[in-house]
Order: sequence, then C-alpha cells, then structure tokens
Amino acid sequence: MALKSLKTLGNQAAQPLAAQTPLAAPDSAAQQQAKKRHRVTIQREVIVLLAMLVFNLLFTQHFWSLQTFNVNLTQVVTIVIVGIGMTLVVATGGIDLSVGASMAISGALAPMLFMNIPGPGGIALAFVLPVIAAAACGVFNGLLVTKLSVQPIVATLVLFIAGRGIAQVVTDGSLQAFDNPAFQWIALGKVGGVPFQVLLMFALVALFVWVVRKTLFGQYLLITGGNEKAAYLCGVPTARVKLIAYTICAALAGLAGLISISVNSSSDANVVGLGIELDAIAAVAVGGTALTGGKAYIGGTLIGALIIQLLRFTLLAHGIPDAAALVVKAAIIVAAVYVQRRSR
Amino acid sequence: MKKNLPILLALVALVVFGLVRYDHFGSAYNINSFWRYNSMFALISVGMAFVIITGGIDLSVGTVAAMSSVVAALTSTYGGWVAVLAGSLAGLIVGVLNGIIITRLKILPFITTLATSLGAHGVGLLLGKNDAVSIAPDSNFGAFGQGDLFGLPIPGIVAVVAALAGWLALRSTRFGRHSLAIGGSEEAARLMGLNVDRTLVTAYAVSGLLAGMAGVILAAQFGAGQPNEGVGWELFAISAVVLGGTLLTGGEGSIAMTIAGVLLLGLVFNLLNFENGLGFISLSAYWQSVIRGVFLLAVIVMQARVLKQRGRKRTAAVAG
Repeated sequence: MALKSLKTLGNQAAQPLAAQTPLAAPDSAAQQQAKKRHRVTIQREVIVLLAMLVFNLLFTQHFWSLQTFNVNLTQVVTIVIVGIGMTLVVATGGIDLSVGASMAISGALAPMLFMNIPGPGGIALAFVLPVIAAAACGVFNGLLVTKLSVQPIVATLVLFIAGRGIAQVVTDGSLQAFDNPAFQWIALGKVGGVPFQVLLMFALVALFVWVVRKTLFGQYLLITGGNEKAAYLCGVPTARVKLIAYTICAALAGLAGLISISVNSSSDANVVGLGIELDAIAAVAVGGTALTGGKAYIGGTLIGALIIQLLRFTLLAHGIPDAAALVVKAAIIVAAVYVQRRSR
Repeated sequence: MKKNLPILLALVALVVFGLVRYDHFGSAYNINSFWRYNSMFALISVGMAFVIITGGIDLSVGTVAAMSSVVAALTSTYGGWVAVLAGSLAGLIVGVLNGIIITRLKILPFITTLATSLGAHGVGLLLGKNDAVSIAPDSNFGAFGQGDLFGLPIPGIVAVVAALAGWLALRSTRFGRHSLAIGGSEEAARLMGLNVDRTLVTAYAVSGLLAGMAGVILAAQFGAGQPNEGVGWELFAISAVVLGGTLLTGGEGSIAMTIAGVLLLGLVFNLLNFENGLGFISLSAYWQSVIRGVFLLAVIVMQARVLKQRGRKRTAAVAG
C-alpha cells in the first residue's frame, strides 16, 4: 500500500513541485509523460461529449438552438459549482457528503436577509452572509477531519444529517416564496443571451483550473492527496490544505444554494440541494478524478457533469422516462470509472 | 470496551429519562411499535456493519429497500410468501451485483454502490410506474409487517433473528472471521490464502439481502411498495454502525453495538414524540435530525480521543 502511494507521488503529485525548481531539467521526460497522460485522460471524456453532441445534432429535433443550449447548461450549473469544490476535497483523498446541507442552510438564510432588510444592503448581505455560513460548515468539517482525524465520510455525515435539520428548524420547514429581481439576477439574468449563472459557472471552472495548476495551494493539494505522510514530512502544511479544501467546497455549495433558490423563486429547506452530493461525486468520478486522491481535474468535472446531463436530455428527448435514465446513469458511472482504471 | 461505554451510557440514560418522564414510555404498545418500526433499520444496519467491517461501504441499501418493497407489492397477488421471497431475492441480486463489480472490475465500493443505488432507484420507479404500488388487498402478505407471532411483532422477530445470526456469523464462522481479516488488511488476507473475493461478494450479498428484507417489511407495514422511500436510509445505517464503534476503515466491529446504535437513533425520535405529546414545548420533527447529528458528533469526538490514546500506546509499545 505504502509503495503504491509512493509511486503515485512519483508519477503525479511530485511533478508540479519539480516544475517549480529550476533544477528540474533532467526530469523533463517524466514531466512530459505525466503531461501527456493528463491530456489523454481529459481527451477521452471530451470525445464522449463530442460524440453525444454529434448524435443529438443528427437525431434530436431542435437540438441546435440557443434555448436547448441554455436549458442544458442551466441544469448543470449547481452540480458543476458543487463539483468543483468536491474535486478539491476528493483530491485530498476525502469526500464531502454535507454539500447538500450547506446549500440548504445558505438557501434558507438568504431570503430571510433580503426579505427583512430593505434596499441594496439587504441584497448584499443576502449574498455574503449565507456563503459565510456555508463556509463555516466547511471549517467544521475540516476541523473534524484534521484535528480529530475523523474519516471524511463520517465527519461530513454529521452535517449531512444535522445541517438540513438546522435549515428546517430555522425556517420551521416552511417554503419561503419571493420575487426579487435584483437578488435573482444571479440565476435569471442574461448577458448576451447566455444566462449569467452559466457564465459564472465557466468563470469558476477557469478560476479553479488556474488554482490547481498554477498556485502553491494547488500543488500542495495534489501532494497531500498523493501521499499525505510524505507531503507532511516534506514540510507541506497538510492539515491547513485540507481545511481550506473543505472550506472552499462548502462555500461553493453555499453559492450554489443561492443560485438554486433564485431559479425556483422560493426556498424550501426540505428540497434545496437534496441528493446533490451524489450528482457531484458522480460528475467528479466520470470526469476522471480518482476517489483515492492525488488528482484534481476541474475541467474533467465540468465535462463529467455535462456528459451525465446530456445523456439524460438525450434519453428524455427520445421519449425514454426519467427512471430509465437513472439506470443508464448508473451504467455510465461504472463504465467510465472502469475505463479510467484500466488505462492507469 | 472502553470505546463502547459512552454509547451504552447514553442509551441507558435515554431509557431511564423516558421511563421517569413519560407514563406510557414503558408500555407494551410503545415497545412493540418501536420494535416493529425500527426492525427495518436494524436489518439494513446489520448488513452495513458486515460491509463496513470488510473495509467497504454500501450506499445502495436505501434504494434497494425501496425497489424491493415495490417488487414485494407487485408479487403479493401470488401470495404472501412469494412476495417475501421475491422482495428478498431482488435485494440479493443487487447485493451480488455490487460484490461482482467491486471484486471483478475493481471499482471502489463507494462509487459502485453509488451507481447501483441510482440504478435500483430507477428500477423501482420503472416497476412502480413512478408511484406507490398497493399490496394485494386479499393477500396474507400484510401480516408480515403488521402481524404478531406469540404476541410479538413479526418484523421485530425477523430483525432479532437476523441480528443474532449476524452476531454468531461474525464471531464464529469462517465468513465472519475472514471479513474481519480482510478489513484489517486486504493484502495480508490475500497473502494468507483467504478467498478475499468470495468473502467480499458474500458481504455485499448479505447487505443486499437484508436491505431486500427491509423493503419487504416496508411494503407489508405500510400496505404499499414505495419507490421513493428509503432515500437516506443508507446514511442512517452508516450512522448506526459508526455509533456502535465500528471503524469505517474496517477490521473491527460489533453487531451488538450496531443494534445499540440503531436503538439510540430510534429513541431520539420516540422521545421527541413523547415530549411533544406532553404539550409543554413543541419541538418540530426537524429537531430529530439535529439531535441525531449532535449524538453522532459526540460519539465521534469521544471515539477520536480513545483512538488517539490507543495509537499512542501502540507507538509506545513499538518503541519499547
């Protein structure tokens, strides 16, 4: 087991650090190989996505329209945004089951703020405070994982159970309906015909691709997931890296919660973000990020979410019921992970 | 044993609190209905305990139970026993499928059972045509969930038998001992010549079978197969197992303590109902998830401390 982890470190995680030092020249062959492998992994998912697009262009009526484009993308926005954070947590070798609860908490708080505090101040607070509250959930998860060495599944199970309960208690389980164009612009606003939430999603993907590839945090993240003990001995602040990953994940889930309630013009703590942890994990897995940690393909997560969504759309557009789409989704997840395993 | 003390103390404290504060808490009616309802959770938790002891996890039990409840309801027209067998068999099939994917395709249990969970939900919805399916009105199937045998609720008896069988199996059968060995170190177990794959498939099959039986009880108790019920049951089962002191890393665990975990989680709900019945304060049902979460947190924190001490001792022993 230890040997296996060390190998992972040699192939994947150590590579970014080597790139930092000017003495890395002799390693360039290994680097190129690693780069090539990275490119190949992503390419396969891109090919699947393109194949599905071509299929739809040929066989699905009215597929080539801005409306179809917008519908499909707005369906994945929350999954992708949560998935970005999930990718970071998975890269550390962890998992976050509490993202749906974080969404519910932030979704429950926001209407209370902008419905009770008039003016732009209330709107601003409704954007900031719920995300901070969600981030606090992430800090809680992170502290359990790092300070108490609780396994990530168990640690995040606490908020998975209690978090939605907190949101339900705060709102007394009732639905908060609202009509606030200024707040809802985050979901319903359009820039050049494209929904703002879609642009926001792409911006976040770009931002975190940059974070993972170019920043010190990104490199620490991969090393921590690759071999935590080795990383710690090399002086990487592994505990802090994990804490930050869980915090970012929860904060992004909070943001997704705001988008989700804006789309629905209502906030229902029983429903907001229900089951999204599984969708996000599925997107991460189909996108090529191994659940064992040490890798983070943010772009892959985007493509993974798009593949799952496009598959669902294709089946629905051809009259196959949603329930059957679930079964196909299950098969796709198993097939995707199996293919990735074999290529490794 | 020290690790299990907090949960046992909490359990005793809750029972004493209930007996002192509420008149009918100790009544035969309350005990029977508590037992009847929680038998489903006891079944899936015992299965989950086996899977977790091997170092895996089974996220599919909730939707498998839902799917099995639909299968049982659909087959109840052919008689009660047919429904029981068909429902259990449906669960067993998914369990075996989980085991085969995990051992043959070498996909992580988390991902595998996540996928089969989606698949089972889909199959349940397809079979039930997106709706609940009532059981055949003239069949004797309902007795399996609502009936009594010697004055004891039948589902409760099933759960107790399953728990006893699980306890014995873990203690003194080859399957149980191999499960523990594999959870401790799969590589070492393989090198010792244990048939790791067969044990793993058996563990997931047991989990699937018990989830199927829970689904059968669900259908019989509520008179209908419920394709949308059971979502989140897997996490209830995982919490019960964790509360019982079983580590998710595998290699150790206890069926008896898992049942203690089920009782603790169930009591939170039961006591909340009684408290609301008194009418002094009105706590919404939403508090139960918060309270369950707090319990889980408390147990995790205490376990973490015990484990840290144990780790220190072990390090000291190695150094000495």
